[in-house]
Amino acid sequence: MTRKQKRLSVILGGLAFLAAATGLTFYALGQKASYFYMPADLATASVQPGQRIRLGGLVEKGTIQRGQGATVAFSVTDTHKSVKVTYTGILPDLFREEQGVITEGTFGPDGVFVADSVLAKHDERYMPKEVAEGLKAKGVWKESKK
Amino acid sequence: MVETGHFALVLAFALSLVQTIVPLFGARLNNQRLMAVGGPVAVTGFALTALSFAALASAYASSDFSLANVWENSHSLQPLIYKITGTWGNHEGSMLLWVLILTFFGALVAAFGSNLPATLRANVLAVQGAIGAAFFLFILATSNPFIRLNPAPIEGRDLNPILQDLGLAIHPPLLYLGYVGFSICFSFSVAALIEGRIDASWARWVRPWTLVAWMFLTGGIAMGSYWAYYELGWGGFWFWDPVENASFMPWLAGTALLHSAIVMEKRSALKIWTLLLAILTFSLSLLGTFLVRSGVLTSVHAFATDPTRGVFILCILTLFIGGSLALFALRASKLTAGGLFHPISREGALVLNNLFLTTAAATVLVGTLYPLAVEAFSADKISVGAPFFNLTFAPLMVPLLVMVPFGPLLAWKRGDVFGVAQRLMVAFAAALLATLVTALFIDGASVLAALGVGLAVWLILGALTDLAVKAGVGHAATPVMARRLVGLPRSVFGTAFAHLGLGLTVLGIVGTLCFGTEKILSMHAGETVEISGRTVRFVGLYPAQGPNYSEDRGRFELIGVSGSPVGEISSAKRFYPVRQMTTTESGIKTIGLSQLYISLGDEGKDGSVVVRLWWKPLVTLIWGGGLVMMAGAAMSLMDRRLRVGAPSRRRKQTEAVASASQP
Repeated sequence: MTRKQKRLSVILGGLAFLAAATGLTFYALGQKASYFYMPADLATASVQPGQRIRLGGLVEKGTIQRGQGATVAFSVTDTHKSVKVTYTGILPDLFREEQGVITEGTFGPDGVFVADSVLAKHDERYMPKEVAEGLKAKGVWKESKK
Repeated sequence: MVETGHFALVLAFALSLVQTIVPLFGARLNNQRLMAVGGPVAVTGFALTALSFAALASAYASSDFSLANVWENSHSLQPLIYKITGTWGNHEGSMLLWVLILTFFGALVAAFGSNLPATLRANVLAVQGAIGAAFFLFILATSNPFIRLNPAPIEGRDLNPILQDLGLAIHPPLLYLGYVGFSICFSFSVAALIEGRIDASWARWVRPWTLVAWMFLTGGIAMGSYWAYYELGWGGFWFWDPVENASFMPWLAGTALLHSAIVMEKRSALKIWTLLLAILTFSLSLLGTFLVRSGVLTSVHAFATDPTRGVFILCILTLFIGGSLALFALRASKLTAGGLFHPISREGALVLNNLFLTTAAATVLVGTLYPLAVEAFSADKISVGAPFFNLTFAPLMVPLLVMVPFGPLLAWKRGDVFGVAQRLMVAFAAALLATLVTALFIDGASVLAALGVGLAVWLILGALTDLAVKAGVGHAATPVMARRLVGLPRSVFGTAFAHLGLGLTVLGIVGTLCFGTEKILSMHAGETVEISGRTVRFVGLYPAQGPNYSEDRGRFELIGVSGSPVGEISSAKRFYPVRQMTTTESGIKTIGLSQLYISLGDEGKDGSVVVRLWWKPLVTLIWGGGLVMMAGAAMSLMDRRLRVGAPSRRRKQTEAVASASQP
């Protein structure tokens, strides 16, 4: 190989590598990014059982049920609609009734959302951003007192 | 005292403007006196910023609630250490720490840069001054920590309980030393572009600064990871949280910079690339500052969400990144390109390293910014988490890690892959053996887990092989070998230790992710549970009172083979009444290199408590590897060639000749 050909092959190799990385990135974004929904959005969005999503809203009052061991069932609501959620594990410190939460997981075939992670706000003044905006959009946002 | 601090901050801002303008013009006009202004001004600016910071810290230490910032983030009952660390546990204070470190690095250049060519030094200080001016203005205009309250409240609102931990004392200062340390590399690059001249000696000045910044950033990230691990009570060490990514991207780019600067110094090649990389690394640091400080992302780290701040930092970001890249586009063609080299050589290996690291940084950048872009351009909200990064970042890292042991053993200019492969035979055989042993003899080991262990062993032994080969193991008598080993340049040890640390971290990650076990159950006092062959007994829940919190402390005993307790672990739920917040204090018992981790959940009606236990094999290596990497960087810094401010006489002479021959 001449010097020029060598350099060309190195450059082509580099470009092929970058192309592969770009392709992989876009594939992963399509497959692995999880969309955020509020319960009322689910009527219009077609979410398949097994598809990973984030479900956000308020923990509905009176729905927290502690089952066997560490499994907890509760409902997430945006005051229009609510969705049943089950979660096995330790709930975040600030998980309470009528507080904003984001749960991540998939719908089971029975329509119950099986969460593998639950995020609650980190302190009194903080509401997960997506939940706050979702509630504002639905007109049920109350400015929390400090 | 507080007003003094405020005044000092305003003065420091004014001085940073002087530091920007006067040396810059001095360098243009080649006026020695104007250029000489830069040094003393930079040192004075640092002293004033330090005074300002000390004023704020003392207001925190004495719980002066007439300051709005202290009132919002402190409480008179907090232990003194958390009162002081609370100084930077909030937006305003952490920005003040940011500029304090920025001016500190500027002062270091002024103090140790006497051997730099006068114009380069003046330009570097000018750029450093400009960054300072922008951030001083940001603090004074949008995030002033010195705003008074009248009348002064009697009691403060407490520091966020998650931040009331020793981690806050260490993590942010280390992280900022790293983040902001890259500003020096940035300033050197922009100064070189302003001058339109770049030579190998430039790399010799930039490399120690890169090493310093990289060392602190490595420590900062490792410390942050450990802090999140024990404080959040989730048992994870890395969450791919946008804020973590914000510090990880400069680390990846900085690692690439560290390696390309070697090529530039030794072989005078990759000049333009190194310069661009230095700009990109600090740009990623600035982007990180923007992501965290603007509140566009919500996370534990977002103390405040104020749109004016976001817009302001975005302007700074655009100005510096856009400005430096525009300057690069204008001037890069004027810089002389470096020499060419054979693809199979140490240079070639380092180029490959750069290709992988920058691509990996790019995938992290895409994963971090994509949700923001989607939200901006559509109604959808998405989150990008671990599954994305596992699919993109991991495949990029694995081939890079496989190649790491080859790099240092390849010769410059034209390497011999087969010769190197022969030298690595022992390491390869051991890695293969480790893979097979893991796959065959450890229960529940997947193929991937076995390969992961093999990879880690390959990295660790590869790093040691490098030292052994350079000491001449197998070719010389033992005393000769020992003498040669001791006589090796410190930077050779630095490389070997950094790569060794990487291997240890990989081993820790593989061990924890692939062989860790987890149990969640509800326990009554007196019950025992078995996890990975270890028996743990729940003794009971005991209430206790702290200085500014109350807690329910769960006591656990580790039961030995004989049935008697051999160790105690306690995990607690703390309640901080001022903020009405509960935190989980995880209980951790280190056994060898592994840890038993216990986290408490809610109390049931029948007196039982939800308990989550993890067995995390080799987990301490994750952070231990980081410490070894830091040690490697420190060894490299001690290398004679790089010792800051102690150049050899010969080099000074050759530089004098070089600068004299410049037109």
